[in-house]
Amino acid sequence: MNFEHTEERRMLADSLNRFIAEQYSFEARDRIAQSAHGFSPEIWQQFAELGVIGALFRETDGGFGGAGFDIAVVFEALGRGLVVEPILGSAVLAGEAITAAGNDAQKAVLADIIGGTTIAALAHDEPDTHYELARVLTRAERSANGWVLNGAKAVVLQGERADLFVVSARTAGAVDDEAGISLFLLSAKTPGLIVRGCPTIDGGRVAELSLNGVALSPDALLGVEGQGFATLERAIGRGVLALCAEALGAMEVAKAATLDYLRTRKQFGVFIGSFQALQHRMADLLLEVEQARSAVINAAAALDADRLTRERALSAAKVSIGRIGALVAEESIQMHGGIGMTWELPLAHYAKRLIMIDHQLGDEDHHLQRFIALGRQTAA
Amino acid sequence: MDLNFTPEEEIFRNEVRAFLADRLPARLSDKVANGKHLSKADMQEWHAILNTRGWLANHWPVAYGGPGWSAVEKFIFEHECCLASAPRIVPFGVNMLGPVLIKFGNETQKRHWLPRILDGSDWWCQGYSETGAGSDLAAVSTTALRGHDAQGDHYIVNGQKAWTTLGQHANMIFCLVRTNREAKKQEGISFLLIDMTTPGVEVRPVITLDGVHEVNEVFFTDVRVPAENLVGEEDKGWTCAKYLLTYERTNIAGVGLSVAALERLKRIAAQQMRNGRPLAEDPSFAARMARVEIDLENMKTTNLRMIAAVVGGGVPGAESSMLKIRGTQIRQEISSLNRRAMGPYARPFITEALEDDYTGMQVGPEAAASAAALYFNNRKLSIFGGSNEIQKNIISKMILGL
Repeated sequence: MNFEHTEERRMLADSLNRFIAEQYSFEARDRIAQSAHGFSPEIWQQFAELGVIGALFRETDGGFGGAGFDIAVVFEALGRGLVVEPILGSAVLAGEAITAAGNDAQKAVLADIIGGTTIAALAHDEPDTHYELARVLTRAERSANGWVLNGAKAVVLQGERADLFVVSARTAGAVDDEAGISLFLLSAKTPGLIVRGCPTIDGGRVAELSLNGVALSPDALLGVEGQGFATLERAIGRGVLALCAEALGAMEVAKAATLDYLRTRKQFGVFIGSFQALQHRMADLLLEVEQARSAVINAAAALDADRLTRERALSAAKVSIGRIGALVAEESIQMHGGIGMTWELPLAHYAKRLIMIDHQLGDEDHHLQRFIALGRQTAA
Repeated sequence: MDLNFTPEEEIFRNEVRAFLADRLPARLSDKVANGKHLSKADMQEWHAILNTRGWLANHWPVAYGGPGWSAVEKFIFEHECCLASAPRIVPFGVNMLGPVLIKFGNETQKRHWLPRILDGSDWWCQGYSETGAGSDLAAVSTTALRGHDAQGDHYIVNGQKAWTTLGQHANMIFCLVRTNREAKKQEGISFLLIDMTTPGVEVRPVITLDGVHEVNEVFFTDVRVPAENLVGEEDKGWTCAKYLLTYERTNIAGVGLSVAALERLKRIAAQQMRNGRPLAEDPSFAARMARVEIDLENMKTTNLRMIAAVVGGGVPGAESSMLKIRGTQIRQEISSLNRRAMGPYARPFITEALEDDYTGMQVGPEAAASAAALYFNNRKLSIFGGSNEIQKNIISKMILGL
């Protein structure tokens, strides 16, 4: 039993934390997050040079990490800085899908993803399907020249800036069958693909995708036809871990800021931290954040375990993060009082991000149901 | 990061499992598993079995008869004992007084009392709380006046102790007594060992809301205690008291107890029916069970993180307060679900059914007999050992610096 990170991971975390502290101040981040681009191409390039993207890929895929604890270390640091650059979408979600299912020709793009010169995005969620892994209404039909895709994809991370999409589409089966989902790799410039972007409440931008008779060549199929579910589950599972770790980083900052406020804000002539009503709430917060950290450790450790163990640990973590993230966000705002309601206070943005993480890749309710369903499979 | 036990620790775990399979009497584990009452003889029997193996005083150093286990080994032992439904070690002599004597006792005291704890010659209880000193423990008002007569130096003790767990079985009690009324309240307290057969000691039962005689009041009227029974220095007993309260709290979370209780709950939920389906498939019940399971997995890792920190040379401090709070919340939630699982059968209350010689009428499923009583009994968890509110005060002061 050992809860220390390796020397390499500690060094990576140190350099990433230092970079964020120096280059990603709250003011800089606020500017970037509200920019028309949705992130900073310069910072993005610097993340790539720091090795942040490479750390998320295995050595066999051109990276130098890719384990659960690599994801955890990187994303905890990113969470501390409220980083909006498309690391989750490009490196973790799309990157894992290409890594897991791609042929050699398709995997050639990984070098550019790791280098930051290509941005990829996973387009799976749809306007009428929220969080479900298997429910896919977008259809792909065989044509004389390959495939034709029709459908829509919802809230795709940094979709406007993506060069490349991994799109899930149904090639067989009923709308919620695990079998019959296929993945396709397509350029953002493909005719018939319409990308409409918008800002988000927690910073950065997302896009809605319409696929109107998008014609693809046969080599656009990523992996085996009809067997995309397992790949989606792996990719989204890694994304869940990344989000949980990111939330943990954000929680730590929110907790520290709130504690600092309790120690400095005076009312009735004393520091408000001297009031037991607030002390006990803060003690609860601390207790819960430690449980969140344990949940992230459990999920990271289970990432290479058998499917049921892995997926249960991931869903357990997302349930924990959903509940505790909301608690930290709401309690931090409450203990800050009026100032906690303002845009100018960094804390408010941590609170928004914590709440919105619950709206990505499955919320607390979704993952609680999933945890229960997976438990029945374990028992059966 | 590596959450696995080492190969040596796995060997140790197997050794513990083999011991439990071999030496834990089924009669005792059946009682524990079904929430039945353990007699003093049951507890003594289990203590003796552990002592024969050298595993009773598992927090003590080797020099005093302990096994010399690491914090991880202690965790594994505790966990496996819980999973096997072994009786809990009665903590007052072994886990509470023993470490205090080893740390603060003189050689004579150590040589006399420690072996008697191990072989069961003495059965200890704890004289800390009073009716006016609960969470505010330093407010103890039981007095001990120093005197001298033909038989030597002694104290005369007067006062009353409350919530004395299993005091009805004990022949010895360790007490916090006030030896100096002039000093500030923490500074006038002494740690005194009192023979309960001394004239003037009276034990009165307190029946708790579950109908059980577990706790007592102990009255002291002009009780003469030899001065040699003072542990540590006079007026410095608060140091012993605090040491005892923080000693070995790495197992305070009760992870093993909750894991075992949750396994039992899952079995019950698979058998009990609601709307023609097993209760385990009821969405509301399943959600609550899943939430407590997730909380338990998180707390287990938090507990192991703390143990790893201790093994690495850290001292378990206020972090154990977090484990106490979350651990008791989880145990109470499992008790609550266990009670709910019984539906209307939680109400029938046949106290004799919890004794091991009961052959009378059984109402509802076997597990129903103890479900409500255990739930009510477990309300104590968030009150004793420093209420959960006191734990939050400790966290606030020691960790948050507020």
